[in-house]
This record gives sequence, structure tokens and C-alpha cells, in this order.
Amino acid sequence: MKRLVLSTALAALMALPALGQSAEPNHGGNMIVTYKDDVATLDPAIGYDWQNWSMIKSVFDGLMDYEPGTTVLRPGLAESYDLSEDGLTYTFHLRPGVKFHNGREMTSEDVVWSINRVVNPATQSPGQGFFGMIEGFDAAATGTAEGLSGLSAPDAKTVVFKLSRPDATFLHVMALNFSFVVPKEVVEAEGADFGKKPVGTGAFRLTEWTLGQRLVFEKNPDYWIAGVPYLDSFTVEVGQEPVVALLRAQNGEVDVPGDGIPPAKFVEVMGDPAQKALVVEGGQLHTGYVTMNVTQPPFDKAEVRRAVNMAINKDRIVQVINGRAVPASQPLPPTMPGYTKDYAGYPYDPEGAKKLLADAGYADGFTTEIYAMNTDPNPRIAQAIQQDLKAIGIDAAIKSLAQANVIEAGGAGTAPMIWSGGMAWIADFPDPANFYGPILGCGGAVEGGWNWAKYCNETLDAKAAEADSIVDPARAGDRLKMWSDIYMAVMEDAPWAPVFNEQRFTMKSARMGGADALYVDPVSIPVNYDYVFIKE
Amino acid sequence: MLAYVARRLIQSALILLGVSFITFLLLYVLPADPVRQIAGRSATAETVESIRRQLGLDQPFLVQYGRYLGNLVQGDFGRSYLQKTEVTDLLLSRLPATLLLMVAAILCELVIGLTLGVIAALNRGKALDNTLMLSSFVTVSAPQFVVALLLLYVFAVRLGWFPIGGYGTPAHLVLPALTLGILGSGWYSRIMRSSMLDVLRADFIRTARAKGLGRARVVLGHALPNAILPVVAMIGIDIGMFMSGIVVVESVFGWPGIGQLAWQAIQRVDIPIIMGVTLVSALAIVIGNLLADLVAPVIDPRIRIR
Repeated sequence: MKRLVLSTALAALMALPALGQSAEPNHGGNMIVTYKDDVATLDPAIGYDWQNWSMIKSVFDGLMDYEPGTTVLRPGLAESYDLSEDGLTYTFHLRPGVKFHNGREMTSEDVVWSINRVVNPATQSPGQGFFGMIEGFDAAATGTAEGLSGLSAPDAKTVVFKLSRPDATFLHVMALNFSFVVPKEVVEAEGADFGKKPVGTGAFRLTEWTLGQRLVFEKNPDYWIAGVPYLDSFTVEVGQEPVVALLRAQNGEVDVPGDGIPPAKFVEVMGDPAQKALVVEGGQLHTGYVTMNVTQPPFDKAEVRRAVNMAINKDRIVQVINGRAVPASQPLPPTMPGYTKDYAGYPYDPEGAKKLLADAGYADGFTTEIYAMNTDPNPRIAQAIQQDLKAIGIDAAIKSLAQANVIEAGGAGTAPMIWSGGMAWIADFPDPANFYGPILGCGGAVEGGWNWAKYCNETLDAKAAEADSIVDPARAGDRLKMWSDIYMAVMEDAPWAPVFNEQRFTMKSARMGGADALYVDPVSIPVNYDYVFIKE
Repeated sequence: MLAYVARRLIQSALILLGVSFITFLLLYVLPADPVRQIAGRSATAETVESIRRQLGLDQPFLVQYGRYLGNLVQGDFGRSYLQKTEVTDLLLSRLPATLLLMVAAILCELVIGLTLGVIAALNRGKALDNTLMLSSFVTVSAPQFVVALLLLYVFAVRLGWFPIGGYGTPAHLVLPALTLGILGSGWYSRIMRSSMLDVLRADFIRTARAKGLGRARVVLGHALPNAILPVVAMIGIDIGMFMSGIVVVESVFGWPGIGQLAWQAIQRVDIPIIMGVTLVSALAIVIGNLLADLVAPVIDPRIRIR
């Protein structure tokens, strides 16, 4: 048995480069953040939105966490963990003295209860599926068993997970919001209202929630990481149109417009040196792609799918969105471990594409449909793709629909092509496996699944399972190589035409301090509230 | 009178029942699945089915609708699928803001619309009349979004007289109410103008003038009270228009009303919220019309209720 100890001191040391940009963080002050949409819930078992994701991270903690502003795992509520030789048993040792906001000390029973709660079908958690590797998942998830048989708390400071298969993504799952620890007595007392009256162990506690208007979070003075958070409080104002939020930010009333810089104002902001200085740019774990339904002609032929890949002028589409993205060559975004750096992707080559179509028996082209979400800039992008396809003889009619309708058509397999913008895959956790299973694997290629290309390659599924069974950190490189090979094989079959990887452009007021990475945190999307600060 | 009110109330209840049935039916046949929104991207088919069962969405349409109605008559709008909050709480937390905005906006409409209408009528055929009537066309047809952003930019960003959106103080109310007021004033000014012109031609006005009354006295004391009747009926209808038009203005100004709630719910197919907002809006329209009909005979005794 090998023991991996990751102490907070080591973690703090590792965090230094990420935060190194601003020397000494200040304590105090209130930051104002705005969002367009209301915050639905702060229950970590339920919340799965752009706006509530990082608020939940600030109110709750999990056994594992990430270095602020990075995708590097570090211990959270667990001080350390052991992994058995066979890679099937994780034993977490809890940090002593961690208290919930109500003053009660957090124990291993809370961890067990919280994870069983997410798996319990009565909770209706969108995160249930992430826990499939834990022993007894099927019985617990269907409600035939009370909880996960592979999850136990031998003493107040120890939690043991027995897995049914080795899984290299397990520690990432332990850092997901769905694994966050909640106090049983509060959840039971509040029932369905827990999401509006959350109690966790996190750096901030919710002190005010006026529905449709604002949420106020105040610093947890007993937070288990000394000196964190830096802010005394932060206020989230909801219902603010991005354009109006930007005007308020320019006026000094808002510190961070949470929805970023609206497309319509992007050129204006970037053209003004004073405003541009406040803009923070960062990559995100996102890929925008066109799916082609491989079960229907003509996309059942790989030549046709490759031709589509070669027909799309990605540089021009990036121009259509004012350069707020980089052209994509493969499903994984460049910042994701496992990305194949020396792969250039299909070249933009309309002549070559026409030849491929002719080889496939479609010398005269064909007519088809491309589905896209109906909010800007997606219809414009779909039009650009439509023109590119027209140039090689493919007549694609655009079906511009509401998000829920496109998702429905994708799941049902009735959409020949879908432009994924607005619904695209943003990774739940920074691991290459997260871009495969539901969207490219056989498991997602079912009625209602998220694999809209309905692409199912059992050889690759087996290889993916094999890669994820490599849990030895010393062999992490081998695992990433296997994932890289898997995505290269996907590109060969071409069920997708990857188009671009979106860059995030956000703004922060001049008084806000902390490394830029915290404002485009790849994990605490969109802002890492715990580590930003006000300069004076 | 009482019999009339009772009959109208029964009619109103039937209208609401019809609205609830049609909306429920439309949401039922909509090619979008609320369960997938709840279950998330990593859900297995079993999870999706389990949630569908728990919410009763696997039942036939009439069973679902019957159950919804059953809860509704007990005052239960259900619980939001995604916010997991009682729809009644969500509606109650947002209704005051919408009602406040509605009252303020109607006042703005009346002040602007009636004033311009009277001025236009008194200057009939002159350049001022033509200008006012042209501008009423412009305001009626101007997009809410543009007017709202324009006012916001000029009076809040440039001049700094009012806050840039938000809710809470009277200052926050001015720009959204003014936006709706300007946009709606065109209807009122046109109606007021034609009504005023009719009245000014009436015999009793000629008599008043013949008695030697001053122009102001004739217009304000005799013509105006008589000309205002069609405008009062208009207010009732206007309440209904507000419910459909308030979404954009609430969004631009960050006004936490039910329009905003509706917009967010529609994006996510949150059926209990959509139903709740639709029914509340329908109720407002029905009440608005009912009030207009009840008030008319009070103002004008020539109208009799049968």
C-alpha cells in the first residue's frame, strides 16, 4: 500500500506561482458581481449552472479541491488519502476541526450521507451519474439499496470508498460540487428549501437572498484555511442584462460583470485602451463543434464527414465572433491534459473536400439540415458554416431553435447536423475522460443521450476504460497518451467537425486584485470568490 | 349589478380555465423535455426515467392536467423543477415589483398621453398637431429595447441622474416607468385627441362658450371630463398589454418582476413557473377588463349594465 500525503503547506507552496502576480493580498471590502439569470439553487447536489457553480464552491467544500486558478488537484476536507495496490480502495483522512457554518464539527458520517444523498434517486441530482465507479452504485441509484455499499465511515475521521473498477477520474469527482459535504440535520430540517438556505463548511456563508434581486455572502471567520477568504463579503446582483452590467462596470458600480463582455460591446471595449486594461482573457475547457449523425445517410460515410471537416473555414468563423476563440483541431481544448499538440487537424481545403464527396458517391452534393441554438452569435455561425458547405455542394438548411429544442432533437437523433454553440461541452472537471463518455462514447449514443453524432466505436470505448483504469500517478503520462490516441482515432472517424475553442473575456474593476487566472478560473467558473481581493 | 358581476366572474374563471388548458397542452406537445434539463448531461436513461416518474411526467396528458388543476384550486402552483422553490413564493416575491412598475408606467402614460392629446386637439390641423401625432406613431412603433437603452444611456450613464438599472428606491423606478410611459403614451394621445375633438363639437361646449366662460374653464372643466371616458376603458386593456410587454423593460433595467421570471423559466422549460406566470398574467388581463367595464357606468351614467 502506498500512502500519498498532500499537506496544506505543500498545497500553499504550489499555489504561490498562481497567485504570485500580486504580492500581498488585502483583507476586507465587498465585491459586487452581476448575472443576467437568477441563481436557481445553492444546493450542491442540484446546482449545475454557470452562475451558481462557483458560489457553491465558496459555500461548501469537498474532500478534494483545485489550486486556485489552475486545474491542479489538491486536498480539501481530506488532509490525505491512501490508495490500495489494486487501485480500488480510497481511504480519506479528514482534516480535524472543520466546522459547518452552524458551528457543528464535520465528520466522516456527513461525507457518507452527502454522497449517498446525491446518488439517491429521490434527490434528482444531475450529478448522480458521476459516481458510477463506486461499488453498489446501480442498487443505490435505482433506489433498491439505502446507500452505496462501497462507501463507509469506519471512524469519525476516515471515509473509505470501494470502487467497482479502477478509475483515474475518481479524485476529480471528489472535487466536483456534487461531492460537497452538507450537514444532514440542516438538509432534513429545510427539505427542498436547503438550496435557498445553504449551510456548508466553505469560505463564505449566505446571509441574504432576496429572490430575483440579490444574494449576499459573508466571510466565514472560522474557515479552515487560515487567512482565506480575503473579502469580507460579496454581493451578487441578478437580473442584470450583460450590456447594462457592462455600463455599470464602466461607471464603477460593479466589480465583475459575471456574464463577461457581451458580443455587441466587444469591439468597443477592446478599442479603448483604458477599458482594455481591465479585460482579463483566459482559455476555458470548451470546444464548439458540429456533430454529424453517423447513423443516417449521407453522414454514415466517413468520407462525407471528413469532407465537412475540410470544408469549414474555421479562421473565418473565429472572425465572425470578433476573435473571441481559437480554431480547434480536435475535440479536446488546448488547456486540457491529453491534448495532442502536434496534430494540425483537417486542413481547410474545399477542393479536397469536393473530391472526398465525389469518392463517397455524392459528386453533386446533397441537401441536409443544421440545427443551431437561436441566440447570438450561434445563428451567424451556422450561416457561416452553411456558406462553407454550399461551396462544396452541400445544401444545409438552418434550423434555429431554442436550446431545449435543439437538445431534444440531438438526443432523439433526428438532427443530421448540430452546431453545438450555446450548449457545447464545458468540462465538469479537467480530465480528458470528461470529453468522451457522454458525448462520444457508446453510452451517450442512445435515445436522449448527449452523443448527438450517435457515434459508437466499441474498440475506443474499451480503450477508454483501459486508460481510466490506470490510477498509478507514476503512469499518468501513459494514460494521457492513451487518451490522446483515442481522440486521434475519433478524428479519423470524424463524427464531429471541431470548430473553435472559446476564449473567455471578462472584466474586473480597477480596484480588484489577485491573479488574472482567478477571474477566468477554469474550475471555479466564472470567478474564484475565495482568493480575489480589493486592493485598497 | 350584482348579477352582472357574478356572471362576469364566472366568465373570467372559464377564461382562466381555458388559458390554463391551452398553455398546459402547448407545453405538453413542445418538443423539449424538462426532465433532461433536470437530469443533466451525465444522466443515464434510468435516471431520466426515474425523475420522469417522480414528477408524474410519464402520465397521460389529461391525468397530468387534472392533477395540476386539483392542486391549483387549493392555491398550490407547484414547485419549480429547477429552482426547487414553491412557484407561489417566486410569484409573490416578484409581483410587487411588477405591480409597482405597472402603476407608475400607467401614470406616466396618462400624464404624457392625455396632455399631448389635449394639446393636439386644441391645435387641430396645425403644425403642432401634425408633429404630435407623428411622434405618437414613432413612440408606438419604437422597439422597447432601443428606447430603454437610450434612456438608460442618456439619463443614467451620461448625465448620472438615475441609477443604471436595479430596484429599491423611487429613483430606480423613474427610467423603466418612463420607458413604458413614452411607448404607451401614443395610444392615449391619439384616443384623447379624437375623443376631445368629438366633445369640442358638442352642443354643451358651444353653450359653455356662449355663456362667456374662459377657454381654460371650458377645456378643463367641461370638455376634459367628458372626453376622458374612452381613455378609462383603455386603461383596463392596457393592463393586459403590460403583462405581455413588460418582459423586455424588466430585463434591460434589471427590474425583478414576473416578466424576468417568465423569460428565465421559458429558457429552461420550467413548466410550473411558466404555468404560474401565464395564469397570473391572464388573471391581470381579465381583472383589467372587468374593472374597465365596471368603472364605465360610474363615470358615464348613459352606460347601463345589464
